[in-house]
Amino acid sequence: MCGIVGLFAKSPELQPELGRHLTAMLVEMTDRGPDSAGVAVYREPVEKGWTKLSLCNGHAEYPWETLSQEFADDFGREIRHEQRGSHSVFRIHEDFEPIQAWLRHRHPELRIVSAGDSIEIFKEKGLPSDVARNFSLDTLSGTHALGHTRMATESAVTTEHSHPFSTGLDLCLVHNGSLSNHNRLRSYLRRHGIDFQTDNDSEVAAGYLAWRMREGATLDEALQSAMKDLDGFFTFAVGTRDGFAVVRDPIGCKHGVLAETDEWVAMATEYRAIAPLPGADKASIWEPVPGQIYSWSRS
Amino acid sequence: MKTNGYIEFDLDGEELSSVHARLHSVKQGDNERSFRIVNPRGKHAVAAGLNAPMDVRIDGHVGFYCGGMNKEADITINGQAGPGVGENMMSGLIRVCGNASQSAGATGRGGMLVIEGDASSRCGISMKGIDIVVGGSVGHMSCFMGQRGHLVVCGDAGHDLGDSLYEAQIFVRGSVDSLGADCVEKEMRPEHIETLKGLLARSGVNADPKEFRRYGSARKLYNFHIDNADAL
Repeated sequence: MCGIVGLFAKSPELQPELGRHLTAMLVEMTDRGPDSAGVAVYREPVEKGWTKLSLCNGHAEYPWETLSQEFADDFGREIRHEQRGSHSVFRIHEDFEPIQAWLRHRHPELRIVSAGDSIEIFKEKGLPSDVARNFSLDTLSGTHALGHTRMATESAVTTEHSHPFSTGLDLCLVHNGSLSNHNRLRSYLRRHGIDFQTDNDSEVAAGYLAWRMREGATLDEALQSAMKDLDGFFTFAVGTRDGFAVVRDPIGCKHGVLAETDEWVAMATEYRAIAPLPGADKASIWEPVPGQIYSWSRS
Repeated sequence: MKTNGYIEFDLDGEELSSVHARLHSVKQGDNERSFRIVNPRGKHAVAAGLNAPMDVRIDGHVGFYCGGMNKEADITINGQAGPGVGENMMSGLIRVCGNASQSAGATGRGGMLVIEGDASSRCGISMKGIDIVVGGSVGHMSCFMGQRGHLVVCGDAGHDLGDSLYEAQIFVRGSVDSLGADCVEKEMRPEHIETLKGLLARSGVNADPKEFRRYGSARKLYNFHIDNADAL
C-alpha cells in the first residue's frame, strides 16, 4: 500500500502555493505510506544550455560549497546551487552527459536524484510530515508536482528505494502497487543500457519507460506498452516537463481519483488527499477508468 | 448541536469516533433519530456499523466503507462515495446521490443500496441478498460471485458481468460489454418485470422495467457437472 498525489496548477495564482498544497496532500496520505516520502516539483526552468540537478548523499552536512567550487573550476562557468535538507539543487551551464560522467568519476558517493530543465526531486526515509519539514516542501513554488508516501512491500526501506524515481531528463514516476516480473525485466533493461540504483520494482517501471522513450516512443506509447509488459498491479503517475500522466492497471486493483477545477487538476490515491485543496468540494471528480491514460500538459 | 429537528456533526472539528459513539448509542424507539454529518472530506467508514432505525444525511464526499455493515438505518450521501460503500450491509437503505467507487455493496446481505450516478468496477461483488439499484452504469466484474439479491443497472455494464454467478439476479437496461463465466441472458417473464418494478419503485429511480434485460447463472459452474470430472 502506498499513496500517490499530484497537483497541476492551471492558474498562475496557484503556482506560488503549489508546495503548500502538495504538502497538505502528501501528509494526508501518511496512513498509506509512513515509511518514506518524496516529491518531484517542476519549477523555475533553467535557460537553454543549462542543466538542473538534484543531488544527494544522505547527509545534510555534505560539503556542497566545496562541490560547487569544484564544478566551477572544472566547467569554468557560473554555478548556482540551493541546499534543501539532505539534497542540493545545482544549476550548471553544461549539458547533462558531461556532468554525469564527471560526477561518476569525481564523486561516486553522490547520487543524481533528478536531472533536466525544471524537475527537482526531494525524497527521504521517514514520516511524510518529517520529510516535508526537512525539505521545507511547503515553501516550494512550481507549475506541477507529484508526491508519494511509501509502505514498502517489495524491497528495503531506504532513501534510495523511495519514490519518485527519475526516468530520464525531466521525467519521473511514482507507483502504488507491486510488480511481479521486475527481476527479469531489470536484467533485460540492464543489457539495453538502463542503469538501476536499487532492487526496487517501481524503479524497473521507471527504467522501462525511459528505455521505451529512448527508443522513440511517446509517453503515451510507452505507457501503453508498459501495460502489456509489466506484470502486476499499479497506479502510475508520470511527471513530465509540461504536465503529468496517470494510468491504472487494466484490472483496476489500485485506487485512484482525479479532480479538476478552473484552477487546478489533482490526482490522488484517495479523495481525502484532494479534500484540503481550495474548491475541492465543487470540483469535478471521477475515477480513472482502468487501462486508460489520462494526461495534462501545458503545451 | 441540534438544528431544525436534526442533530448536526461537523467533521471539521469533531472526531469521527465521538460521532460514531453517539450514532451507535441510538436505540429502537429513541426520539432523536435524525442526524446530519457535514464536512466528511473523504474520511473512511463514516456512519459504519449503525444498528438502529435512524436517518443520517451526509453532506459531502466520503472515503472508503461508508455505511458498512448498516442495519436498519437510512443513510443518504449527498456527494460521491469511495470504495466499498455499504459493504456487508444487513438491512436499511443507503442512497448515494453522486457516483460510487469500486466494490459498492460488496458482500451485502440485505437492505437496499441506491447509487444515483455511476458505480465503478466490482459493484455488488459476492452480494448475498442485498438489492442494488444503479441509476447510471457499472464497471467491470460487477456482481462477481453474486449469491443472492438483485443488481439493477439503468445504464451499461462493463466486462465480465456476473462472472462465477450463483443465484443473484441482474437487470441491465443498456449494453453489456461482456458476460463473465457462467453468466447468461435469461428470459424476462412477467414475474421478473414485477420484481424489477418493485425494486425501481423502492429505489425512487425512474425507469421503465420493460426496457431491461435479465441475466443470471447458467448453473454449470457451481453444480457438479459430469463433463468436468477430468478437472478434478
